[in-house]
Amino acid sequence: MAKKILNIVESAYRAIAEEQDDTIIWITTVLKKNGGDITVLLKGNAVNYVVKDQKAPALSFGDWEQTNPPDIATDMKRLVDAGAEVLYVEEDLADRGLSGVGMMDGVKGITRSAAPKVLMDYDQIWHW
Amino acid sequence: MKKALTFALMDPPFESERSTTALRLIAIAVERGYDVNVFAYEGSVHLPFAKQQGHPNGVHGRDLEEENHPLPKEWISQLMQVAKDKGGRLDWINCGLCVDERGAGEAIEGVRRGTPGDLLKWAEESDNTLVIGTR
Repeated sequence: MAKKILNIVESAYRAIAEEQDDTIIWITTVLKKNGGDITVLLKGNAVNYVVKDQKAPALSFGDWEQTNPPDIATDMKRLVDAGAEVLYVEEDLADRGLSGVGMMDGVKGITRSAAPKVLMDYDQIWHW
Repeated sequence: MKKALTFALMDPPFESERSTTALRLIAIAVERGYDVNVFAYEGSVHLPFAKQQGHPNGVHGRDLEEENHPLPKEWISQLMQVAKDKGGRLDWINCGLCVDERGAGEAIEGVRRGTPGDLLKWAEESDNTLVIGTR
């Protein structure tokens, strides 16, 4: 039986302009598609990833123009569509004034106090 | 019972203490004869980059030989040897796409190119996995 992995994502928007995605959301999607039993827990600034209406403008330097700027909302939807459960820390969302902001479908909030019990449900905890 | 541990690293060399700390933890594991897997993601693919070179340091007043600048590729090579001597192994996979982005294809002997699927396989086979991500 596959090990249950909780992938905690805390560092947010790390190098997304260069990578055109969040590399941890990307690798998690790949692992999920490879049959991994992986849940994502967004905490800290990464809770912003559940906000549906977000967009990064394309970069340009001289004649070079970015044609595929990062699209976190779409990447998060891909992750959920791949079957990953996505959790976020409710207080972290509230602390950033994001409670009630349009959120993507298929994600679930947990409280900080519930987090330790959630952690107990997994074989491995990865913290990015 | 022999343990198997997987490490997922992200940091490049010479930027923070995180990579050194990771290698120190790996050193303890290989000294104990554990089987250790390292999945190098993003900047950490430069840790075993073969073209790392030391340099003299005028501020220190030392030439190339005296300065003996630490090079992570040599640390990793040593750790692979220690693992072998202690009856374990240190298996190192560089994320292939990360290597391509950085032109870091020339790695020391013993380093392989791989995919996130290798990380998942290792995690499934290991007693535990430690992620040391970039902050």
